[in-house]
Amino acid sequence: MISLLILLPALSVIILNLPFGRLMRKIAFSLCLALFVAQIFIVLLPVSAGFEPIFQFNLMVDDLSRVVLFCIGIVLSSALFVGEHVIKDDDQRFNFLNLLLIALAGMNGIVMVKDVFSMYVFLEITAVASFVLISLYRDRDALEAAFKYFVLSAVATVLMLSSIALLLLVSGDTGFSAINAAIITSQHSRLVMMAMGLFICGLFIKGGLMPFHGWLPDAYSAAPAPVSILLAGIVTKTVGIYALIRIVTLVFVFNDPIKYLLMFVGALSIVLGALAALGQSDFKRMLAYSSISQVGYIIIGLGCGTPLGIFGAVFHLLNHAIFKTLLFVNAAAVESETGSRDMDRMSGLAEKMPLTGITSVLAVLSTAGIPPLSGFWSKLLIIMALWISGYRIYAVIAVAASVITLAYFLSLQRRVFWGKLGKEFGHIKEPGFMMAFPALVLAFIIVAVGILFPYLAHEFINLKELTGG
Amino acid sequence: MHLLWIFFVYAVILFVIGFYCILATLNLVRALIGIEVLMKAVTLLIIIAGYASGRTSLSQALVITLIVVETVLIAVAMGIVLSVYKHTKSLDTKSLTDLKG
Amino acid sequence: MALLDELILLMLAASALWTVMTRSLLRSAIGLALTSAMLAMLMFRLNNPFAAVFELSVCAGLISALFFCIITITEPLTPEKVREEAGARFGRFRYLPVIVLLVGIVLRVLTVKVDVKIPALEEIADVRHFLWAHRQIDLVGQIIILLCGVFGIVILLKELRKKGG
Repeated sequence: MISLLILLPALSVIILNLPFGRLMRKIAFSLCLALFVAQIFIVLLPVSAGFEPIFQFNLMVDDLSRVVLFCIGIVLSSALFVGEHVIKDDDQRFNFLNLLLIALAGMNGIVMVKDVFSMYVFLEITAVASFVLISLYRDRDALEAAFKYFVLSAVATVLMLSSIALLLLVSGDTGFSAINAAIITSQHSRLVMMAMGLFICGLFIKGGLMPFHGWLPDAYSAAPAPVSILLAGIVTKTVGIYALIRIVTLVFVFNDPIKYLLMFVGALSIVLGALAALGQSDFKRMLAYSSISQVGYIIIGLGCGTPLGIFGAVFHLLNHAIFKTLLFVNAAAVESETGSRDMDRMSGLAEKMPLTGITSVLAVLSTAGIPPLSGFWSKLLIIMALWISGYRIYAVIAVAASVITLAYFLSLQRRVFWGKLGKEFGHIKEPGFMMAFPALVLAFIIVAVGILFPYLAHEFINLKELTGG
Repeated sequence: MHLLWIFFVYAVILFVIGFYCILATLNLVRALIGIEVLMKAVTLLIIIAGYASGRTSLSQALVITLIVVETVLIAVAMGIVLSVYKHTKSLDTKSLTDLKG
Repeated sequence: MALLDELILLMLAASALWTVMTRSLLRSAIGLALTSAMLAMLMFRLNNPFAAVFELSVCAGLISALFFCIITITEPLTPEKVREEAGARFGRFRYLPVIVLLVGIVLRVLTVKVDVKIPALEEIADVRHFLWAHRQIDLVGQIIILLCGVFGIVILLKELRKKGG
């Protein structure tokens, strides 16, 4: 049953490209929308992993997968709506929809497999779809960004594959359980440690953590608007961060060197990402550095190792997907109305685009961790987990970086939305329904999760226990 | 075991060659060649691991899938390089430093 | 027997080195095909015949053909420019053989004791059966990535209808 999450998008791509002329173009949007919305609601139902009559896939869905599948559905729907509005040319829009479906199949695959090598295959599917998506308009900046991303991603792939080869030597199979058993028996061998280190470094590059983040700001800012939403909202998270969480908690033995490595890289990303975001004048580039910083929070929560820390990390992953997507939707609205991403040229847009202004304020406050929005709870959980486990310095760093986050985001708000309306922007208006709808839904989710979280916290206790393992 | 160590050494040598190529080149197509050399190194590593643990069927299945994925990757990368060439008429990476890293 | 393996390995390393260090891109592509052929021979020696055939036909054949295409489409440098670039280029690349020799010698002398327990598993005989029965998800992945590759090439290289590209 759950293999349909991978097979249906792939089949849809094939169906959409059959030579039936204009009919396919018309149904493309509705087909994509149906698939994404179905995915959002399917994860809320209990699913039966049974009956696989013809195929024998090795797939599983547990609570962590459900969270990420939910995020995938939401972010892809937002990207779909924004793409409908922003991409003007019909052919390009059709290509965009097909690539979205392929990326969906790839990411669902990453989330559901039980085998390290299959995870690599689906990682590559998502990566290739991303390269093509970034170069959708074939302009020069985007091609440069795509090539940089390609080279770094290939290096990361090579690191991960060499680690898989070494683990194959040790365990004789590439499934999660087999590798886990093998690592437990030969834990302190230097070969195994090197293999684990190589794999984690490869995932750091894919996830865009410092100091391996070289491709990320260029890719996020030069890509077309709906593609930036996709990349920032879910691709980096699934490909890098989810894989890291899954591998470290389920496959590798979670021993001290790994914890220290994760916490160090996480803290580095938080601080350097926040500091770099301070000096940016390009809207999307600032959001890119802010993403690096927030992902650092997730990694530092993961590195802490306690169930509370891991729960905080997964919760922050969900929150970050929501509010970063909302910020990029706003950036898309601003870019499509004013035609530029340079914040120094803009001012006072809130007068003409009130909805965008309000939703971006909500997203900014949630990112900085202001109560009672959702970001506050996840950051609180991570900082509490760090403090309780005794890593006081890291907790202090996390809190200090929150202040810097608030600073650069307030400067963004002041520059773009508040103040007097610039003279050249008299003609702009709020973008239409296609852009406003995802922004409203995402803002609603941020507020709802933030306010309801204390009451719902006891519902999630079983999630915490499962991801604490 | 000694024979396998020799194979392993050569795999590491291929790694070094590939990494050096990517770092030291100014030409886009040569960066692709460097990535190809790295992929050969990884293929060799997987074959060694399969032979040493006795699971040649698994390692062959992995290598076959790996070759397919790598081919698609290189094909798409060549598409990107061709598009860059159409824009700038040169393959020099120095001409690709518009975006400030 | 070990001598034959050693010889093939040396040729592998030498052809990889030549691929990277040679000036002309066309010769690099030929070197890549040669390296793939050497790797395929090694795979035959290590009991992996199917992978060797795949490597030979796809990598030494298809990928080299792709490289030849792209090298001839993108304009090669004229001989004068080649000569003036050659000096700077050699400066950047001259460290490579030295590094390779050093690494090779150091590692050969070292023979690190590898302290892992390699399990003795029974062998599932046939690759084809194995691939179809146990790694079906990989096959699905291959189909999807081929679809994606086709799309990618079409999107990247096709001229838009209205503009002249």
